[in-house]
Amino acid sequence: MYVAVKGGEAAIDNAHALLADARRGDRSVPEIGTDQIAEQLALAVDRVMTEGSLYDRELAALAIKQARGDLIEAIFLLRAFRTTLPRFGYCEALDTGAMRVRRRISATYKDLPGGQVLGPTFDYTHRLVDFALAAGVEPPPAPEAALDAAREEDAARMPRVTDLLAGEDLIERESADADAPVADLTRAPLGFPASRDLRLQALTRGDEGFLLALGYSTQRGYGKNHPFVGEVRIGTVEVGFVPEELGFEVPLGEMLVTECQMVNQFKGSAEVPPQFTRGYGLAFGQNERKAMAMSLVDRALRAGELDEERRNPAQDEEFVLSHADNVQATGFVEHLKLPHYVDFQAELHLVRGMRAEIAVRRAASAQGESTQDESASETKEAAE
Amino acid sequence: MDTLALAPGFADPVIEAQGAFRAVMEALARPGTLQRLPVAIAPPAPLTPALAAIALTLADHEAPLWLDVPLARVPAVADWLRFHTGARIVTDGCEAAFALIADPAGMPGFEAFALGEQAFPDRSTTLVLACERLESGAGLHLEGPGIRESARLAASPLPKDFLARFRANGALFPRGVDVLLTAGDRVAGLPRTTMIRE
Amino acid sequence: MSAETTIETAGAPRGAADAATGYNFAYLDEQTKRMIRRAILKGIAIPGYQVPFASREMPMPYGWGTGGVQVTASVIGPDDVLKVIDQGSDDTTNAVSIRKFFARTAGVATTTHTAEATMIQTRHRIPEAPLREGQILVYQVPIPEPLRLLEPRETETRTLHALAEYGVMHVKLYEDIAQHGHIAKTYDYPVEVNGRYVMAPSPTPKFDNPKMEMSPALQLFGAGREQRIYAVPPYTRVRSLDFEDHPFTIQRFAEPCALCAATGVYLDEVVLDDRGGRMFVCSDSDHCEERRAAGHRGTMLAGAAGTENDHA
Repeated sequence: MYVAVKGGEAAIDNAHALLADARRGDRSVPEIGTDQIAEQLALAVDRVMTEGSLYDRELAALAIKQARGDLIEAIFLLRAFRTTLPRFGYCEALDTGAMRVRRRISATYKDLPGGQVLGPTFDYTHRLVDFALAAGVEPPPAPEAALDAAREEDAARMPRVTDLLAGEDLIERESADADAPVADLTRAPLGFPASRDLRLQALTRGDEGFLLALGYSTQRGYGKNHPFVGEVRIGTVEVGFVPEELGFEVPLGEMLVTECQMVNQFKGSAEVPPQFTRGYGLAFGQNERKAMAMSLVDRALRAGELDEERRNPAQDEEFVLSHADNVQATGFVEHLKLPHYVDFQAELHLVRGMRAEIAVRRAASAQGESTQDESASETKEAAE
Repeated sequence: MDTLALAPGFADPVIEAQGAFRAVMEALARPGTLQRLPVAIAPPAPLTPALAAIALTLADHEAPLWLDVPLARVPAVADWLRFHTGARIVTDGCEAAFALIADPAGMPGFEAFALGEQAFPDRSTTLVLACERLESGAGLHLEGPGIRESARLAASPLPKDFLARFRANGALFPRGVDVLLTAGDRVAGLPRTTMIRE
Repeated sequence: MSAETTIETAGAPRGAADAATGYNFAYLDEQTKRMIRRAILKGIAIPGYQVPFASREMPMPYGWGTGGVQVTASVIGPDDVLKVIDQGSDDTTNAVSIRKFFARTAGVATTTHTAEATMIQTRHRIPEAPLREGQILVYQVPIPEPLRLLEPRETETRTLHALAEYGVMHVKLYEDIAQHGHIAKTYDYPVEVNGRYVMAPSPTPKFDNPKMEMSPALQLFGAGREQRIYAVPPYTRVRSLDFEDHPFTIQRFAEPCALCAATGVYLDEVVLDDRGGRMFVCSDSDHCEERRAAGHRGTMLAGAAGTENDHA
């Protein structure tokens, strides 16, 4: 009997109801609050804000809840919300040199002005599953001395490592004109070759896993660029905005960001003496992995500009930027589950036709003189 | 900014802009046909309601406007357009997404505007002309995409050598400008693909 | 900014749709619509050329029609009647979901009848019933670049289009002929528009290609993820690429539709059991239903006297 393969509105409504029920899970378990997500799954919130391109902890926490913890789905929710927001203008460039630092480490100097600040990090923890957590044991309060050290440091005492190197002219100068307009890939279609500002924007929005793999590939020789972590710093920075009608900068608030400045070797060229070059990474909230991977990929993408050979995936701007966005990627990969039976029918038609032609040719060559029956254009083959 | 600049735009911006866009789209998709624009607006003269409706519909801070001499001479026109669209008014036609032309007979040559690039022929100016008369079924013979066999269109005033200019424009394809002709509440389109004979 | 804000708020609340959603008419903000509208106009002026546009994130995933939805949202007005099809059918889940989206956000009338629609958004098919002047067909496009699978780089394909250098495509098609005796492309079969641009018709079966040629309807194409819009104006030449010794041909089905007995239409194969039983039915569900309403009966319905033509 013919059973229509058609969904219809009722099926969709039912699916939505099932999803809502599955999201809630066992109703004897208390519902999770977005405040709990924001506080206790803070790093998930940070990732969703970064790749969702929207700094809003509450909304990101809600998106994670709605997405049942699927972070790419949560990123998608945030992006779709963000795109509907009115655009008032662009903020001034963040001054990470004036950051109130929570964590700051440099791999290039043992000690430096402001010192190394470990802060709240997984580094040096032993990755042992902590069964006390399952039992609901409250951690002891952080010792006062540690809190003091981790307390947001006075910015003046913490110059950026790259600024120290720049003082000696050992690292390239950043050449960006502070007054030049900054490209915005949410307002203009991505074109190639892309300017570095556009690339950095795409990388910050890009998928953490994709950038991690690409950054890793550069370390394994696919576009080697001799990186040192000049500095990773995490802390709060002020966001300033100049409204047209006022003409001067007003503070809008603060945001927590992670910045990585990778310092890379550069042999120099005919015009430029040997010096260090930069790879840059920035993420909302606390996300060192993302910021570090991004800075590796940023540096790899500068190969052309620095006259280096471009042979590897991480150096290929079109490849990297076209595939970094996980909202685009997941949509297109998952769209394969939409019906394609019209196209598949066309392919079936073709494959059957080609098989029939081969069968006819084989039969003809086997029988030599026998003539072919051309009447059937649509062939029906017996299953083998 | 004088008070004329604050004369209202569309009463229902979302719906009227949609209606005006549809008229312009149909006009360009079917050269030789006349489409009706929503023109219940009173912009400062010599900006005509038709030019104003098209500017309100399509110009904004990402799509700058160029004004011909009669329009540029009246500051209230630029003020009104800036206020309602947020568009930059540019003096170099090559930077304009749309050129508003109140005096078609005296308009500059097409080379004064953006003609697009071979790889990006869409980056070209659309010229919007305020004619006095626009009539379908008579005048110039049109052929090309959007036209079943041939169509006719009469518009005046136009530059004396308009035909030669438009043919030279067509020879640049895929580059070239596109032209919208307006009169009263009517709009007709001459995309760069249209071939014109007398 | 003040002008912009005035426009947005003045236009926002209109009709039941907006009260229900809190979003602008047809979801998109006016700034986005203007940007898309400008791209559509240039697309019409340069038939077959892919206009880059700043595609927005839509509340449905990329690859599921975001380009088509943005085009439809920028074109549609309160007087339009919208039809949405996927695989030729109004009833497939994604078509239902998109139709519902516009019914909610734009409050427009919807229909399943091709003849009643002023706008038709489609994925993978062109309706069987001939379109007429004044209708707009909006295609959802996954990969707008016909040369993409031959040359993955945008910088390269853009140059090839600029130079009208389509040798790489002809070579590919000719290799098919050398290897298989005919061109092995069955859907998304490339076309040349108005003698200039080679264009991807989106993954419609090549069966539908001839319907694009000199169509009275305006054809608009939206690719959201790939950020491209393109167009074929009405009455425009659309030639499927071929060779003199290997002219373009379309699929032919040996049997008529099992439900409405239509011939010369595109059919879906429906597997009936696991013993090789199958039947072929119209992919265009509206066309099939109208034929059955007019009394046509296929083999599966021949004895059933119209009791089963109302499949759910």
